[in-house]
This record gives sequence, C-alpha cells and structure tokens, in this order.
Amino acid sequence: MSRAEPQFDELYREVILDHYRRPRNAGSLEAPTHQAEGANPVCGDEIELDVAIDGNVICEMAFRGQGCSISQSSASMMTERVCGATVAEARRVMQLFEAQLVESAEPDPALGDLEALQGVAQFPVRVKCALLCWKVLHAALETNDNEATTPQGV
Amino acid sequence: MSIDTARLRGDFPILGREVNGHPLVYLDNAATTQKPRAVIDALTHYYENQNANIHRGIHALSIEATEAYEGVRAKAAGHIGATNPQDIVFTRNTTESINLVARAWGDANLGEGDEIVLSLMEHHSNIVPWQLLAARTGAVLRYAGIDAEGRLDLDSLRGLIGERTKLVSITHMSNVLGTINPIAEIAEMARPAGALLLVDGAQSAPHLPVDVTALGCDVFAFSAHKMLGPTGVGVLWARPGLLAEMEPFLGGGEMISIVKPEGSTWAEGPHKFEAGTPNIADVIAFGAALDYLQDLGMESVREHEKRITAYAIDALEGSGGITVHGPHDVEVRGGAVSFEVEGVHPHDISTIVDAYGVAIRAGHHCAQLLMRHLSVPATNRASFYIYNEEREVDALVAALDEAKRVFGYVESRTAV
Ligand SMILES: Cc1ncc(COP(=O)(O)O)c(C=O)c1O
Repeated sequence: MSRAEPQFDELYREVILDHYRRPRNAGSLEAPTHQAEGANPVCGDEIELDVAIDGNVICEMAFRGQGCSISQSSASMMTERVCGATVAEARRVMQLFEAQLVESAEPDPALGDLEALQGVAQFPVRVKCALLCWKVLHAALETNDNEATTPQGV
Repeated sequence: MSIDTARLRGDFPILGREVNGHPLVYLDNAATTQKPRAVIDALTHYYENQNANIHRGIHALSIEATEAYEGVRAKAAGHIGATNPQDIVFTRNTTESINLVARAWGDANLGEGDEIVLSLMEHHSNIVPWQLLAARTGAVLRYAGIDAEGRLDLDSLRGLIGERTKLVSITHMSNVLGTINPIAEIAEMARPAGALLLVDGAQSAPHLPVDVTALGCDVFAFSAHKMLGPTGVGVLWARPGLLAEMEPFLGGGEMISIVKPEGSTWAEGPHKFEAGTPNIADVIAFGAALDYLQDLGMESVREHEKRITAYAIDALEGSGGITVHGPHDVEVRGGAVSFEVEGVHPHDISTIVDAYGVAIRAGHHCAQLLMRHLSVPATNRASFYIYNEEREVDALVAALDEAKRVFGYVESRTAV
C-alpha cells in the first residue's frame, strides 16, 4: 500500500493539516461578549468558542476544543476568516461554507482558506465534523445578539 | 480443535464482498458480528414454512413455531451452562435485559441511600438504567476504578461493597479494553453483602466458554447479534427462583394468567416478562447461531481469538507510533483491541482505513466514563471473531501506515 489513494490528499490538504497541528486563535478571550460550546456526541468532538463583538464587527475570537483534524482545523480556519468581519458577513460565509459541504456547491471566493475543506463533501459522515464550529458560532451569535433578525440553522 | 478460517469463511456470504474496491476486512465484531448462511436460511425457512403466532394457536403451524421458539430457550440456557431453560427470558438486546432488571427487580428492592456498585469500564447500557433507577428510588451509584493496565481494581471494588450495597453490576468483558473480569471472585464479594450480582455478558457470551453456575452470578445478560445471530434478540438469565420474585416489566398479552376487571395474575416463568408477540423469527434464527458456535466449540473460539489478538497486539505496536490500551496478556483479555495512533485522531484513522475496505470502530464505544478515565476523547478499536485471519490484521496495519503517512507521522517524529 505504498501508493497514496488520491482522495486522501484531496481530503487532508496540507493547509488542513497545518491548521490541525498549529491551530490559530486557540485559547480564550479575556472579555468575550458572546460564548457558546458544542459537541458531536457520536464522535466526541468538542468546541468552545469565545467571540468579542464591537458594534457589529467581530473583532476577536478564540476557541478551545478536541477532536479530529477536520473539526479542529475547521474551527481554526473559521476564526481566521471571520475575525474582522461584520456579523452579517460571518453569517453569509457560514451559508456559503455549508453549501460547499452539503450541496457540494462550487467554492465561493469569499470562503478563502475554507475552500480547502471542500474534499469533506465526498465523505458524508465527516461533514458534521467540519460544521461543528459553525454551529457553535451560530449559537454564540444568538446569545444576546441585537443584530440577529433572521436566525439561520447550520 | 482449531478453527479452519479458510473453510469457515465460506459460510458467511458477506465476507465475499468488496468495500471501496478492496476485499472487506471486517474488524468491528464487538459492535455486531456477521451472520452465517445457516442463520440467514433459518429466517427464510421460518417465514416460508412455519410462520404463525406462538403460544396461542392449536393449529399445526403455531405448534411448530412454538416448539422451535421454546427450543432456542433451551439452547441459550445450554450455551451459558444454565440448568433450566425456564430461567431464560428473551428480550430485544442486552440493553433491554438490563433495563428489565432495573425495573422489575430494582424498583421493588432499592430505596433511599441503598447503593449500586458499577465500574468505570461499563458500557452505557450498564450505567444509564441504574442512573434512572437511582433517580426513581434515591439509591446511590458507586464506581470501582481500574488500574494502569486496564484491569478492574479489585481492592477498590471490595472497598465499595458493604452493608448498603444492593446490587453489583459488572461487565464480564470490556468492549473497549478487552479486559476479562474475574466474576467468580466478585461473586465472593457480593454474596456476603447480600447484593445481587448482574453480569453484562454482551462481550463474553460470544467469545468465551461461560458457565453461570461456576461464575456464581444472579443475572446474566447478552445479545444475539454479537454472536452470529440476528438483531432484535437479547437474553436475560436469572438464577433459579429469581424471576418468580420479580415484578412484571411490560404488561399485555402473553404475560398474564387471568385478567379480571379489578386486576390480573401473571404467567409463570419467563413468559411473565415476554409481553406481546415476541421476535419469533429472530429467536428461531438465533438457535442456528447457537448451534454454529456449539459445533465449533467455545474453547476453540476462545483459542482462535487468543491467537489472533496476540498477533494483532504485536503487529500494531510493532508498526511504530501505536499504543494498545488494556492488558496485553491474552489470558486475561479478549479480542476487542483499542489503540491510539500518535498524532492522528480516531475519526481520521477510520476514514482512511475504510477506503481500504477495513472496518474498525472509532469513538467512545458507549463508554464515556472509561474515555474520561483514559483521558482520551475516543479510541480506535479493532475487534475479532471466528472468521478473522492474520492477513486481515496485516491489511489493517498497512492501512494504518497510510494514515500515518498522510499525517506526516515520520516527519513529526524526527522533527520533534
Ligand atoms: C459490554 C457491552 N454491554 C452492553 C452492550 C449493549 O448491547 P446491545 O446494544 O445489544 O443492547 C454492548 C454492545 O454494544 C457491550 O459491548
């Protein structure tokens, strides 16, 4: 079995493994305005998320978690992509990301690095790993978020 | 007599199939085993020739079906060394067997401050029913610990059993660590305390010779689907006389003797606990599974699994970057082998080995207390049965090598 199955290089792209080994924005915030946590009980993947929102801009995020490379790299990439964005923009990226995984939609340029996770769409049982952090972000934004007018489930 | 896997594999139609372009390597037997042709045929034979409701008809089909169903009660008793088939109750699975005891025995016998002793290596099905019982009655749960090798800490267990202990409920074999617990010794601790001893035999009845009399337990529970039988059939054995002392579980047809407007009396023996039309076809097919195992002989089954388990532990740990949990001595463990691959999460492992047709399990294995004790979120688990061969272990190890390559195992080892 020296030959590499091509699908793995598609699923586990270098950028994913890099975020898995060196997660960005790992840890906690001193003064989060929004917080949430979530788990996939079947897998044992866990994510806790701190978000600091000023006005309607997400200015800081930090997460703590454990789980597979997909769940943890997804969280790391999400924080990178969403920090500095408005809440509305974050929600839009959330929708695009879900479409990429669930409907195998062509990746939108707005996704940035998150595009690397598109290989997960070929492994339906792993999609929930990639979506976990977004569910948690969604829940965090719902907590006392004055901006939220149309909550969308992930 | 040793098991001839090459010949025996021909009895299992599913083992001929491919998965993702590779021959199926089925190593998830602790979750459920594959079924031999004899079991599949028994199901069809029943529906094509004998289908009728049991215990109610005077016609030929009903009589035949009843005899076939009751015949399996005797086979199930024989499989675990029980003397009387009337001490065997058919349920849906191990989980239901345990819940039955929690309701039918537990509700009547436990009260405020009474204690239930479990261990940290229990499956959720031997934890949650007792938590529910504790919530109903005010009883308290106590958990015996395990040592660094993954063996039950018998001193901790002994220290927990006392005057207030009403029930000790322990697995015979861990579905995660493979550890075989010394039930006869535990019975010696439970008996003087007057505690009931329930043994979760879900992993032992399929893999070990079991003799409930020698074990000295009061209740023994197991599932047909983990031992070549169909899904939807569980067994509960209770020591002679115990079923008669227990309250009914579910109420309805079949479990009554006389029904009057003001109340009813109960059927005798196991029928009191088998309300409604039971899973006739699957119970009868389970009989074919028990015959299959008895023909092989449980001693031979155990010998085969010791051999392949020892081979697997050596091959896994010898391949680098892999740690096997639980005891390494196959005399005190069975064929459920949990392991960690350095730096690679079990779900990533499962996805990769699945692409090579290798079926293993990743997750908490319904044992979250144990996962917490081991300080891992999940483990990989390969689990063996009578049809597994050493070359299948080799296929697993090769697929794991690929997982290590994808995750840069060699690089990370030299880099650090
Ligand atoms: C040790 C142990 N106990 C109980 C169970 C529950 O069995 P079932 O799901 O058939 O009720 C299992 C298997 O899942 C098990 O391995």
